[in-house]
Amino acid sequence: MGDMRILVIEDDPGVASFIIGGLRESGHTVDHCADGKDGQFLAGSGNYDALIIDRMLPGIDGLSIVQTLRAAGNTTPTLILSALGEVDDKVKGLRAGADDYIGKPFAFAELMARLEAIARRPVREGSETVTEVQVADLHVDLLSRAVHRAGKEIDLQPREFRLLEYLMRNRDQVVTRTMLLENVWDYHFDPQTNVIDVHISRLRRKVDKDFDPPLIHTVRGAGYKLSESP
Amino acid sequence: MGIFGSSAMILIGYIYWETSGYLEQQTNATISAEIRGLTEQFRQTGGPGVEAVIRDRIARDPDRSTLYLLVTADRQPVLGNLPAWPAGELDANGWFHFTQLNQDGRSIPFQGQILRTSEGHSLLVAKEQSTLAATRQLINRVYILALAMGLLLALFGGIMMSSSVTRRVDAINRTSREIMAGRLQRRMPVRGINDEFDQLAGNLNAMLDRIDSLIDSVRAVTDNIAHDLRTPLARLRGRLENLALTPDISETVRGELNATITDADHLLATFRALLRIARIESGTHDEAWTDIDLGALLHDAWELYHAVGEEKGITVHLGTADGHMRGDRDLIFQAVSNLLDNAIKYSPPGSEVRLEMREDGDLLTIAVSDQGPGVPEAERGKVLDRFYRTAAVSGIPGSGLGLSLVNAIARHHGGQLILADNAPGLRVLLELPKTDLAGPGRTTLPAAPPSGESHG
Repeated sequence: MGDMRILVIEDDPGVASFIIGGLRESGHTVDHCADGKDGQFLAGSGNYDALIIDRMLPGIDGLSIVQTLRAAGNTTPTLILSALGEVDDKVKGLRAGADDYIGKPFAFAELMARLEAIARRPVREGSETVTEVQVADLHVDLLSRAVHRAGKEIDLQPREFRLLEYLMRNRDQVVTRTMLLENVWDYHFDPQTNVIDVHISRLRRKVDKDFDPPLIHTVRGAGYKLSESP
Repeated sequence: MGIFGSSAMILIGYIYWETSGYLEQQTNATISAEIRGLTEQFRQTGGPGVEAVIRDRIARDPDRSTLYLLVTADRQPVLGNLPAWPAGELDANGWFHFTQLNQDGRSIPFQGQILRTSEGHSLLVAKEQSTLAATRQLINRVYILALAMGLLLALFGGIMMSSSVTRRVDAINRTSREIMAGRLQRRMPVRGINDEFDQLAGNLNAMLDRIDSLIDSVRAVTDNIAHDLRTPLARLRGRLENLALTPDISETVRGELNATITDADHLLATFRALLRIARIESGTHDEAWTDIDLGALLHDAWELYHAVGEEKGITVHLGTADGHMRGDRDLIFQAVSNLLDNAIKYSPPGSEVRLEMREDGDLLTIAVSDQGPGVPEAERGKVLDRFYRTAAVSGIPGSGLGLSLVNAIARHHGGQLILADNAPGLRVLLELPKTDLAGPGRTTLPAAPPSGESHG
């Protein structure tokens, strides 16, 4: 997706320029604010597609900004940044009304993937419930849990199904390994090895191996992407 | 208390001995004085004068507390309040002991002295010993009572004192245990009366404050290093990433760049793990505590890792697993996943890894066993230290922080991590109490809805 208007509220100049540079390179329009109070004022204008807010800011706490915005009915997708990066902070962040949370330091790809995931969420989950997803000749029925590719039924384990469902729902989007762990396995933890890679390769064997073209792509340094073209 | 009691007993015994001795002396002295007085009377007035005195004395003593009997040489009574010369015997000190029956028919002991006059008469002057005995009995009673009361008081005082001592030592012990369990901010109770216990508690508290500030400064240094280096490192990684994606570089350079990115990732992971351990050990994590279905959690962990095992030709078995505990679900999952990851990493292909759980009273034990090289007994304590790795696994990449993190998580939940022999291989036991026993001060929030209760 590209060309979003994004507000970054971050007091650390290094981190701010790292984020802003990356976002602009990806084709987005970025406003920056280093102060919490000004940031809250700008964010309240409603002119943005997404907000990136640091947890600890001079003047006002990042979580208070989110709380204030949500209390005022502002639903701009919001990603919280934190130097603490711990689970309890994550819980607090999501409870305050943020859409996602990312601990410093982070790879830019992780930030981008999460930002795009939350920014498109309201569009995708809009009015009606999605009951089936189709990418190329891969068809997933979310109700009956049946998976077909090129008309052939594919038998998946429950977790493999959830993994595929998540990739399908976020098609053409990069999803990181952490996002998969959090959303498919529902645990926030640091695997010592890339356990996710193993599960992706098992899924590939069932979904991609005997078919063409491959749909699950590895995005170097970031994660995975399910799409018709790499 | 024993000392108190026996010293009271010795004191009372001494008083008794002194008093009864004094009473006996008094009785004896009275009789001696009487005899001396009568002897003097003889000398001055002769027989008739003495008789008058005796008569006078008898008349004044209707209770017969003192007996007088004047007899002739052939023991014929002349005068006195005794009907006849009694049968008795002289002791070595010249005291004459005999008994008399009283009105009730009881035999009463008497003791007296015999005065021989110039006319060949003998005068017996005697006093009832039972007076002395009765007095002694009274004294005995009083003293036994005093002794009993003294002992009782000693006992009571002793119990009071020792229970107060026990209470205060207990308070110090309790606090020590809480501090050992991780509540480092706890301090020894001080009563404010500045006794020895207050001084002890004050010194312990000063010591704890000092340790605390040292730990804080060490932690601040490591945290700051890890924290301050993470951001530039992340930026460095980002630049390398961008560079590796530029099209106009050779494959060799691209390969090197990617290897460098992997190194940077390892560094970042190490910093993250260090900070994580520091945060868990400082014990400020309680908001995430919920009721954990360990059976489901272990199944999830097994499901996640048995696929990893299969890739290496290692079978991961899930044994019996059922139980609930209070804790941080993500941390417990992290611990189990680290243990499984280690077991798979150090196992030879074709071997087995077992994940199982045992419930024993309030204790849940998660066991992960492998058939790898194991850990020599002498090194089992050390592998829980940060960065320590055994010689057997030096060829396998790892940070040396995996077990340290598990250990920190175990202690955070009031449990412990035990390394045992699986013969061959390693058997790691993660012991966790179902409910945290570290102390009442630790908040364990209800599963839902989470409240904003303060913690730490």
